[in-house]
Amino acid sequence: MDIHPILIALRKHKAGTLLIALQIALTLAIVCNALFIIHQRLDRLSDVSGVDESNLFVMVNLWGEQYSTDEAAAKIEQDLATLRQLPSVQDATPTNSYPLAEFDWDNFITMTPDQVGHTTDAAYYVGDSHFLRTLGLKLIAGRDFRPEEVQNLGMRQSNQPPVTIVSKALADKLFPNGDALGKHFYAMTSTPLTIIGIVDTLARQEVDSWSAPYQGQSMVVPFRLAEPWGLRYVVRAKPGQLAAAMREAPKALYAENRMRIIPPKNGLLSYAQVRANAFKRDRGMAILMGIICVVLLAITGAGIVGLTSFWVGQRRRQIGVRRALGATHRDILNYFLTENLLISLGGVFIGTVLAFGLNLWLVTRLSLDFLPLTYVLAGMVILILLGQCAVFAPALRASRVPPIEATRPT
Amino acid sequence: MFGYYIELAVRSLRRNQVLTALMIVTLALGIGASITTLAVLKLLSGDPLPEKSGHLFYPQIDPNPLEGYVAGQAKPDPMMSYPDAMYLVHARRARRQAAMATMQAKIVPDRANDHPYFADGMMTTSDFFGLFDVPFQYGSGWSAPDDESAAPVAVISDFLNDKLFGGGNSVGKTIHVWGHDLRVIGVLKHWAPQPRFYAEVIGNRDYGDGDAVFMPLKTARAMDAGAGNLQCYAQVSDLIHIETAPCEWLGVWVELDSSAEVASYKAFLDGYVKEQIALGRLHRPDTSLLSLMGWLIDQQVVPSDARLQTYLAFGFLLICVVNTVGLLLAKCLRRGREISVRRALGATRRAIFAQFMVEAGIIGIAGGVLGLVLAELGLLAVRHQPADYASLAHLDGQMFLATFAVALAASLIAGLLPAWRACVMAPAPQLKAA
Repeated sequence: MDIHPILIALRKHKAGTLLIALQIALTLAIVCNALFIIHQRLDRLSDVSGVDESNLFVMVNLWGEQYSTDEAAAKIEQDLATLRQLPSVQDATPTNSYPLAEFDWDNFITMTPDQVGHTTDAAYYVGDSHFLRTLGLKLIAGRDFRPEEVQNLGMRQSNQPPVTIVSKALADKLFPNGDALGKHFYAMTSTPLTIIGIVDTLARQEVDSWSAPYQGQSMVVPFRLAEPWGLRYVVRAKPGQLAAAMREAPKALYAENRMRIIPPKNGLLSYAQVRANAFKRDRGMAILMGIICVVLLAITGAGIVGLTSFWVGQRRRQIGVRRALGATHRDILNYFLTENLLISLGGVFIGTVLAFGLNLWLVTRLSLDFLPLTYVLAGMVILILLGQCAVFAPALRASRVPPIEATRPT
Repeated sequence: MFGYYIELAVRSLRRNQVLTALMIVTLALGIGASITTLAVLKLLSGDPLPEKSGHLFYPQIDPNPLEGYVAGQAKPDPMMSYPDAMYLVHARRARRQAAMATMQAKIVPDRANDHPYFADGMMTTSDFFGLFDVPFQYGSGWSAPDDESAAPVAVISDFLNDKLFGGGNSVGKTIHVWGHDLRVIGVLKHWAPQPRFYAEVIGNRDYGDGDAVFMPLKTARAMDAGAGNLQCYAQVSDLIHIETAPCEWLGVWVELDSSAEVASYKAFLDGYVKEQIALGRLHRPDTSLLSLMGWLIDQQVVPSDARLQTYLAFGFLLICVVNTVGLLLAKCLRRGREISVRRALGATRRAIFAQFMVEAGIIGIAGGVLGLVLAELGLLAVRHQPADYASLAHLDGQMFLATFAVALAASLIAGLLPAWRACVMAPAPQLKAA
């Protein structure tokens, strides 16, 4: 199809052409940035925690009375015995936190005690000899903690654990040759920690973007968190008995000792709830961006329909003349489709520049990531298709203008 | 004349109902989205204490070791160690000053079958209530001697008073916190600045009911209440006696009434740090004395997601305006004959321009009304979001007016180009073509 006459016709509608092109450009800029943000946020929703999420739940346990370290430790052991006895419960472990928990304890890692600056950062888990088994972590090298290795950790006691189990991500980061087992490092301690075990995956506690460079780097130390205010229990239900276990566990604990607090808000959470809580903001943002994209595309589409309809109405006589001179329905249809394609191409060209400009601005203002080209390409395809679809109905109407229109006064 | 334009505009809009509806809906969507996000942004960047915030300042110093210090690049720490905070409080160089730290208060109810529970609390010094103009329902705060003697007293919030004592004047009654008995000496009226700016680290429970219990710093520390936030700048062996540990866990607020007082307080702060450097206790000379609003900006209380949403919504509004320009323009170009007839009958260019702007303005006002409905719906959705500020999101009178201002501005900007095109149109060719 010869595009020369189309270009000449467009020159007569400069303002309208520019407006459609501008609208397509702005829509492209926003939609591909939004798609990029949506994808990034949704990606995080499926972050692997490494634990057996379908059978786990977590419980916050705060002591109602003031206990010394030894008293608290004894109470914890009593609670664990109670929990493990329940028919629906497979195992239970006391800890400070759990993957995706959002309250984090992390330590800087150094290779020597007096190193200036840190090698990396690791999420810090406090666990006993049931920790790996309860969470369902896969030990890929070394051994689990022995019960006699587990010490009591009292209030704000500085701790110097001699041994640790690390995630594979941390082991690989510290010892890239794959010989981490048996090696030492320091975690803001003055004495070295020996790696006695490596687990396959153990996600960090927080999902904030600051920890992204340290993703998956975690360590477990053999402590029982015997602080006077309380701790958290992670409980593993027998397969299929999660609901029953979540009903029975708090009841059994209250029956054993009434002077405790399992907070009514977020004190008892299944792992599905933990995951939903951790990513609720990301999910919300993705949904919002999605809605904005859809509405934006709808508005742009409607705008194209509106403006093209007017053009068709304005040019009925010209169309009639062309038809009288032998142009087919298809010729007229193609004319409007091609016209829109040309405008769209101009629009997406400007839009690409705007999209990267907007992205650059967001990178500097809100420290987002750089936009990959694929999103812009996807956005281009979407907008060109949208333009063609939007213009189809008015173009079809134009193609049905009878040749007799040529003889009628406008 | 204006009435005539309105009549013409309404007629013209009714002639093309689908198009009019499309323009109104487009504008309304853009306005609804921008007003929703603006309302959230306004909430987040609001002044927590409008009557007093201009007089409140937050001194900061930097106790970190000299290692790694680059002059001009270091920022003072957000919190203060106990000796520094106490020095500033005892120096009394400002009109009022108080040191404070958040705490969790474990409260054991008197009634036999009630479970104990945790409440948010503050351990602070006596000036706290005067400093922030905290309103009392009954009783009052404690005195400076009570600070020093670690008097077993507490001030409780209205909601804790309701929960523990069923309301009423509870001054003189006893509450049990962390296993200790405290005498209630004051009950507050509802007081909950949003955000809870005086918490030494912002970013945790910033929005909500406010604190339930307030007690003298030494009283709380005597029952071994832990600090809500603790940051240490040197190796620590004893984390129980945080008064003497090289750790920061307190915030200090001071009241200064003029810029001269601010300058002299800053000089006093610099002088103190210099003196401590000479003594070898401190090493870095940087200090800072931010105003309340400056401190909130420094702490980035507005989450970047909220800002991203606002940018996005205004981008969205821009596209809606461009769309409306296009539709109005197309419409205006089809009305060449009508315009030419009016011009031939004596209407001036100014009159044509005014007529088209009135038409755009009507679309804007209709878009504003619908946009307001959409913004209310949007805020309803925001209130169901999980963020802790969510429940506070609403449209106030100011935002109500802003909606119409934005709507009218957007539509008039959208109307400029079409109105100009209409008024410069030469009438003769149009009339001849007919």
